[in-house]
Amino acid sequence: MATTACFMIVSRNDIPIYEAEVGTAPKKEDAAHQHQFILHAALDIVQDLAWTTSAMFLKAIDRFNDLAVSVYFIHTRLMLLHDSRNDDGIKTFFQEVHELYIKILLNPLYLPGSRITSSQFDTKVRALARKYL
Amino acid sequence: MAPVAPRSGDVIFASVERVNAELFTLTYGAIVRQLITDLEEVEEVNKQLDQMGYNIGIRLIDEFLAKSNVSRCVDFKETAEVIAKVGFKMFLGVTASVTNWDAEGTCCSLILEDNPLVDFVELPDTCQGLYYCNILSGVVRGALEMVSMKTEVTWLRDMLRGDDAFELQVKLLKQVPEEYPYKDDE
Repeated sequence: MATTACFMIVSRNDIPIYEAEVGTAPKKEDAAHQHQFILHAALDIVQDLAWTTSAMFLKAIDRFNDLAVSVYFIHTRLMLLHDSRNDDGIKTFFQEVHELYIKILLNPLYLPGSRITSSQFDTKVRALARKYL
Repeated sequence: MAPVAPRSGDVIFASVERVNAELFTLTYGAIVRQLITDLEEVEEVNKQLDQMGYNIGIRLIDEFLAKSNVSRCVDFKETAEVIAKVGFKMFLGVTASVTNWDAEGTCCSLILEDNPLVDFVELPDTCQGLYYCNILSGVVRGALEMVSMKTEVTWLRDMLRGDDAFELQVKLLKQVPEEYPYKDDE
Protein backbone atom coordinates (compact mmCIF):
# COMPACT_ATOMS: atom_id res chain seq x y z
CA MET A 1 0.00 0.00 0.00
CA ALA A 2 1.33 3.36 -1.02
CA THR A 3 1.92 6.00 1.63
CA THR A 4 0.74 8.81 -0.60
CA ALA A 5 -1.75 8.31 -3.36
CA CYS A 6 -4.30 10.74 -4.65
CA PHE A 7 -6.71 9.54 -7.28
CA MET A 8 -8.78 11.86 -9.38
CA ILE A 9 -11.08 11.66 -12.37
CA VAL A 10 -11.03 14.74 -14.54
CA SER A 11 -13.80 15.28 -17.06
CA ARG A 12 -13.30 16.40 -20.62
CA ASN A 13 -13.75 20.01 -19.61
CA ASP A 14 -10.96 19.78 -17.05
CA ILE A 15 -13.37 19.63 -14.15
CA PRO A 16 -12.58 17.10 -11.43
CA ILE A 17 -15.59 14.83 -11.01
CA TYR A 18 -14.20 12.43 -8.46
CA GLU A 19 -11.41 12.61 -5.96
CA ALA A 20 -10.06 10.27 -3.34
CA GLU A 21 -7.05 10.30 -1.08
CA VAL A 22 -6.17 6.63 -0.98
CA GLY A 23 -2.74 6.74 0.66
CA THR A 24 -2.00 5.72 4.22
CA ALA A 25 -0.15 8.90 5.17
CA PRO A 26 -2.13 11.21 7.46
CA LYS A 27 -3.35 14.28 5.67
CA LYS A 28 -1.25 17.35 6.27
CA GLU A 29 -3.18 20.50 6.99
CA ASP A 30 -0.78 22.89 5.34
CA ALA A 31 -0.64 20.87 2.12
CA ALA A 32 -4.33 20.19 1.85
CA HIS A 33 -4.59 21.30 -1.74
CA GLN A 34 -1.09 20.41 -2.81
CA HIS A 35 -2.17 17.18 -4.48
CA GLN A 36 -4.90 18.83 -6.49
CA PHE A 37 -2.42 21.49 -7.47
CA ILE A 38 0.15 19.00 -8.77
CA LEU A 39 -2.44 17.04 -10.69
CA HIS A 40 -3.86 20.20 -12.16
CA ALA A 41 -0.40 21.24 -13.31
CA ALA A 42 0.04 17.90 -15.01
CA LEU A 43 -3.07 18.34 -17.17
CA ASP A 44 -1.21 20.30 -19.82
CA ILE A 45 1.41 17.59 -20.17
CA VAL A 46 -1.34 15.02 -20.51
CA GLN A 47 -2.91 17.04 -23.27
CA ASP A 48 0.37 17.29 -25.20
CA LEU A 49 1.21 13.65 -24.72
CA ALA A 50 -2.22 12.38 -25.66
CA TRP A 51 -1.68 13.05 -29.35
CA THR A 52 1.76 11.46 -29.51
CA THR A 53 0.86 8.01 -28.34
CA SER A 54 -1.92 5.51 -28.72
CA ALA A 55 -1.35 3.98 -25.31
CA MET A 56 -3.98 4.65 -22.69
CA PHE A 57 -1.71 4.21 -19.73
CA LEU A 58 0.90 6.94 -19.45
CA LYS A 59 3.15 6.34 -16.50
CA ALA A 60 5.04 8.93 -14.50
CA ILE A 61 4.45 11.81 -16.90
CA ASP A 62 5.23 14.41 -14.30
CA ARG A 63 7.16 14.58 -11.04
CA PHE A 64 7.05 16.66 -7.92
CA ASN A 65 9.79 15.83 -5.45
CA ASP A 66 9.28 12.14 -4.77
CA LEU A 67 5.73 12.07 -6.17
CA ALA A 68 4.89 10.96 -9.69
CA VAL A 69 1.76 11.45 -11.78
CA SER A 70 0.39 8.59 -13.86
CA VAL A 71 -2.58 8.91 -16.15
CA TYR A 72 -5.02 6.59 -17.81
CA PHE A 73 -6.41 8.39 -20.78
CA ILE A 74 -9.93 7.75 -21.91
CA HIS A 75 -12.05 10.69 -23.04
CA THR A 76 -11.92 11.66 -19.41
CA ARG A 77 -8.67 11.27 -17.54
CA LEU A 78 -8.05 9.03 -14.60
CA MET A 79 -5.08 10.56 -12.78
CA LEU A 80 -3.07 9.18 -9.94
CA LEU A 81 -0.45 10.93 -7.88
CA HIS A 82 1.70 8.34 -6.20
CA ASP A 83 5.01 7.68 -4.55
CA SER A 84 5.15 3.95 -5.18
CA ARG A 85 6.96 2.47 -8.18
CA ASN A 86 4.57 -0.37 -8.71
CA ASP A 87 3.73 0.23 -12.38
CA ASP A 88 1.90 -3.03 -12.99
CA GLY A 89 -0.25 -2.49 -9.93
CA ILE A 90 -1.10 1.03 -11.01
CA LYS A 91 -1.99 -0.12 -14.49
CA THR A 92 -4.28 -2.83 -13.16
CA PHE A 93 -5.80 -0.31 -10.77
CA PHE A 94 -6.59 2.01 -13.67
CA GLN A 95 -8.09 -0.77 -15.74
CA GLU A 96 -10.36 -1.87 -12.93
CA VAL A 97 -11.43 1.67 -12.14
CA HIS A 98 -12.14 2.14 -15.83
CA GLU A 99 -14.60 -0.76 -15.62
CA LEU A 100 -16.30 0.85 -12.63
CA TYR A 101 -16.42 4.18 -14.40
CA ILE A 102 -18.16 2.59 -17.38
CA LYS A 103 -20.81 1.23 -15.05
CA ILE A 104 -21.34 4.72 -13.65
CA LEU A 105 -21.69 6.10 -17.17
CA LEU A 106 -24.27 3.47 -18.06
CA ASN A 107 -26.47 4.59 -15.20
CA PRO A 108 -29.21 6.56 -16.91
CA LEU A 109 -29.61 8.80 -13.88
CA TYR A 110 -26.00 9.93 -14.04
CA LEU A 111 -25.32 12.96 -16.17
CA PRO A 112 -21.96 12.55 -17.95
CA GLY A 113 -19.51 15.17 -16.80
CA SER A 114 -21.18 15.73 -13.44
CA ARG A 115 -19.75 14.81 -10.06
CA ILE A 116 -19.68 11.14 -9.17
CA THR A 117 -21.46 10.95 -5.85
CA SER A 118 -22.13 7.22 -5.73
CA SER A 119 -20.93 5.80 -2.44
CA GLN A 120 -20.70 2.33 -3.95
CA PHE A 121 -18.21 3.60 -6.50
CA ASP A 122 -16.22 5.29 -3.78
CA THR A 123 -16.04 2.13 -1.67
CA LYS A 124 -14.97 0.03 -4.61
CA VAL A 125 -12.28 2.47 -5.73
CA ARG A 126 -10.83 2.51 -2.22
CA ALA A 127 -10.87 -1.27 -2.08
CA LEU A 128 -9.04 -1.43 -5.42
CA ALA A 129 -6.49 1.07 -4.17
CA ARG A 130 -5.80 -1.08 -1.13
CA LYS A 131 -5.41 -4.11 -3.34
CA TYR A 132 -3.17 -2.79 -6.11
CA LEU A 133 -1.27 0.27 -4.93
CA MET B 1 -62.21 -29.04 -24.14
CA ALA B 2 -60.43 -25.84 -23.31
CA PRO B 3 -56.72 -25.83 -24.03
CA VAL B 4 -54.55 -26.20 -20.98
CA ALA B 5 -53.04 -22.89 -19.98
CA PRO B 6 -49.26 -22.91 -20.32
CA ARG B 7 -47.53 -22.88 -16.97
CA SER B 8 -44.46 -21.09 -18.18
CA GLY B 9 -43.71 -18.53 -20.82
CA ASP B 10 -40.42 -20.11 -21.93
CA VAL B 11 -41.75 -21.42 -25.20
CA ILE B 12 -43.43 -18.16 -26.12
CA PHE B 13 -40.40 -16.18 -25.01
CA ALA B 14 -38.25 -18.26 -27.35
CA SER B 15 -40.52 -17.58 -30.28
CA VAL B 16 -41.28 -13.86 -29.96
CA GLU B 17 -39.02 -11.19 -31.37
CA ARG B 18 -36.54 -9.79 -28.93
CA VAL B 19 -34.27 -6.78 -28.69
CA ASN B 20 -30.85 -6.48 -27.17
CA ALA B 21 -31.19 -6.24 -23.40
CA GLU B 22 -28.80 -3.31 -23.04
CA LEU B 23 -30.59 -1.36 -25.73
CA PHE B 24 -33.84 -1.98 -23.89
CA THR B 25 -32.41 -1.02 -20.51
CA LEU B 26 -30.76 2.14 -21.78
CA THR B 27 -33.82 3.18 -23.75
CA TYR B 28 -35.97 2.90 -20.66
CA GLY B 29 -33.30 4.74 -18.71
CA ALA B 30 -33.33 7.54 -21.24
CA ILE B 31 -37.11 7.86 -20.89
CA VAL B 32 -36.92 8.09 -17.11
CA ARG B 33 -34.03 10.54 -17.32
CA GLN B 34 -36.01 12.74 -19.69
CA LEU B 35 -39.09 12.60 -17.49
CA ILE B 36 -37.06 13.70 -14.50
CA THR B 37 -35.65 16.60 -16.50
CA ASP B 38 -39.05 17.63 -17.84
CA LEU B 39 -41.24 17.16 -14.79
CA GLU B 40 -38.68 18.03 -12.11
CA GLU B 41 -40.80 16.55 -9.31
CA VAL B 42 -40.08 12.90 -8.53
CA GLU B 43 -43.71 12.35 -7.54
CA GLU B 44 -44.84 13.57 -10.93
CA VAL B 45 -42.38 11.24 -12.63
CA ASN B 46 -43.82 8.30 -10.70
CA LYS B 47 -47.31 9.27 -11.82
CA GLN B 48 -46.27 9.72 -15.41
CA LEU B 49 -44.46 6.37 -15.52
CA ASP B 50 -47.54 4.71 -14.10
CA GLN B 51 -49.73 6.35 -16.70
CA MET B 52 -47.35 5.33 -19.49
CA GLY B 53 -47.38 1.80 -18.17
CA TYR B 54 -51.17 1.84 -18.08
CA ASN B 55 -51.30 2.92 -21.71
CA ILE B 56 -48.93 0.12 -22.60
CA GLY B 57 -50.84 -2.40 -20.51
CA ILE B 58 -54.23 -1.82 -22.09
CA ARG B 59 -52.71 -2.61 -25.48
CA LEU B 60 -50.30 -5.28 -24.38
CA ILE B 61 -53.04 -7.47 -22.98
CA ASP B 62 -54.36 -8.12 -26.49
CA GLU B 63 -50.95 -9.12 -27.70
CA PHE B 64 -50.65 -11.35 -24.69
CA LEU B 65 -53.99 -13.06 -25.23
CA ALA B 66 -53.29 -13.52 -28.92
CA LYS B 67 -49.90 -15.12 -28.54
CA SER B 68 -49.93 -16.93 -25.23
CA ASN B 69 -52.85 -19.36 -25.77
CA VAL B 70 -53.94 -19.02 -22.16
CA SER B 71 -57.49 -19.92 -21.47
CA ARG B 72 -59.84 -17.95 -19.26
CA CYS B 73 -58.64 -17.81 -15.67
CA VAL B 74 -61.10 -19.18 -13.15
CA ASP B 75 -60.03 -16.98 -10.27
CA PHE B 76 -57.68 -14.20 -9.30
CA LYS B 77 -55.12 -16.70 -8.04
CA GLU B 78 -54.76 -18.22 -11.43
CA THR B 79 -54.58 -14.78 -12.99
CA ALA B 80 -51.69 -13.84 -10.74
CA GLU B 81 -49.87 -17.05 -11.60
CA VAL B 82 -50.31 -16.47 -15.30
CA ILE B 83 -49.03 -12.89 -15.03
CA ALA B 84 -46.01 -13.98 -13.05
CA LYS B 85 -45.06 -17.07 -15.00
CA VAL B 86 -46.20 -16.30 -18.53
CA GLY B 87 -46.70 -12.55 -18.80
CA PHE B 88 -43.47 -11.41 -17.22
CA LYS B 89 -41.50 -14.09 -19.04
CA MET B 90 -43.02 -13.21 -22.36
CA PHE B 91 -42.39 -9.48 -22.26
CA LEU B 92 -39.56 -9.03 -19.80
CA GLY B 93 -37.68 -12.31 -20.02
CA VAL B 94 -37.87 -13.00 -16.30
CA THR B 95 -40.35 -14.86 -14.13
CA ALA B 96 -41.85 -13.63 -10.92
CA SER B 97 -43.06 -15.68 -7.99
CA VAL B 98 -46.42 -15.16 -6.34
CA THR B 99 -46.64 -15.09 -2.54
CA ASN B 100 -48.20 -13.36 0.42
CA TRP B 101 -51.81 -14.15 -0.36
CA ASP B 102 -54.28 -12.66 2.03
CA ALA B 103 -57.18 -14.69 3.42
CA GLU B 104 -59.74 -13.61 0.83
CA GLY B 105 -57.45 -14.33 -2.08
CA THR B 106 -57.71 -10.80 -3.44
CA CYS B 107 -54.28 -9.48 -2.63
CA CYS B 108 -50.90 -10.94 -3.43
CA SER B 109 -47.32 -10.06 -4.09
CA LEU B 110 -45.34 -10.62 -7.26
CA ILE B 111 -41.68 -10.97 -6.45
CA LEU B 112 -39.03 -10.27 -9.05
CA GLU B 113 -35.54 -11.43 -8.16
CA ASP B 114 -34.15 -10.16 -11.38
CA ASN B 115 -35.25 -7.09 -13.27
CA PRO B 116 -33.66 -6.14 -16.58
CA LEU B 117 -34.90 -2.55 -16.27
CA VAL B 118 -32.53 -1.70 -13.47
CA ASP B 119 -29.20 -2.97 -14.77
CA PHE B 120 -26.57 -0.26 -14.18
CA VAL B 121 -29.03 1.94 -12.30
CA GLU B 122 -28.20 3.52 -8.99
CA LEU B 123 -30.50 6.14 -7.51
CA PRO B 124 -28.71 9.42 -6.81
CA ASP B 125 -29.61 11.39 -3.69
CA THR B 126 -31.78 13.76 -5.67
CA CYS B 127 -34.14 11.00 -6.81
CA GLN B 128 -34.70 9.09 -3.60
CA GLY B 129 -38.48 9.05 -3.86
CA LEU B 130 -38.45 7.66 -7.37
CA TYR B 131 -40.03 4.33 -8.16
CA TYR B 132 -37.80 3.63 -11.11
CA CYS B 133 -39.82 0.66 -12.36
CA ASN B 134 -43.19 2.29 -11.84
CA ILE B 135 -44.01 1.59 -15.47
CA LEU B 136 -44.40 -2.10 -14.58
CA SER B 137 -47.10 -1.45 -12.03
CA GLY B 138 -48.93 0.59 -14.64
CA VAL B 139 -48.67 -2.20 -17.18
CA VAL B 140 -50.14 -4.77 -14.80
CA ARG B 141 -52.93 -2.41 -13.76
CA GLY B 142 -53.79 -1.52 -17.35
CA ALA B 143 -53.72 -5.08 -18.58
CA LEU B 144 -55.95 -6.36 -15.79
CA GLU B 145 -58.41 -3.54 -16.25
CA MET B 146 -58.94 -4.66 -19.83
CA VAL B 147 -59.94 -8.11 -18.62
CA SER B 148 -62.50 -6.68 -16.18
CA MET B 149 -60.41 -6.53 -13.05
CA LYS B 150 -59.92 -3.25 -11.26
CA THR B 151 -56.69 -3.50 -9.36
CA GLU B 152 -54.38 -1.40 -7.29
CA VAL B 153 -50.71 -2.08 -7.85
CA THR B 154 -48.03 -0.77 -5.52
CA TRP B 155 -44.35 -1.38 -4.89
CA LEU B 156 -43.54 -2.85 -1.51
CA ARG B 157 -39.88 -3.56 -2.03
CA ASP B 158 -37.43 -2.04 -4.47
CA MET B 159 -33.85 -3.19 -4.95
CA LEU B 160 -32.80 0.33 -5.87
CA ARG B 161 -33.81 1.38 -2.38
CA GLY B 162 -31.70 -1.28 -0.76
CA ASP B 163 -34.22 -4.13 -0.52
CA ASP B 164 -33.30 -7.64 -1.57
CA ALA B 165 -35.93 -8.05 -4.30
CA PHE B 166 -38.68 -6.28 -6.17
CA GLU B 167 -42.07 -6.85 -4.66
CA LEU B 168 -45.16 -5.70 -6.47
CA GLN B 169 -48.39 -5.86 -4.52
CA VAL B 170 -51.46 -6.49 -6.62
CA LYS B 171 -54.77 -5.89 -4.91
CA LEU B 172 -58.03 -6.80 -6.59
CA LEU B 173 -60.53 -4.05 -5.90
CA LYS B 174 -63.50 -5.35 -7.86
CA GLN B 175 -64.47 -7.37 -10.86
CA VAL B 176 -66.11 -5.07 -13.33
CA PRO B 177 -68.98 -6.69 -15.18
CA GLU B 178 -68.55 -6.53 -18.91
CA GLU B 179 -70.26 -3.61 -20.50
CA TYR B 180 -71.38 -3.45 -24.06
CA PRO B 181 -70.31 -0.35 -25.88
CA TYR B 182 -73.76 0.06 -27.44
CA LYS B 183 -77.32 -0.42 -26.35
CA ASP B 184 -79.52 -3.11 -27.86
CA ASP B 185 -82.08 -0.70 -29.22
CA GLU B 186 -79.66 1.52 -31.07
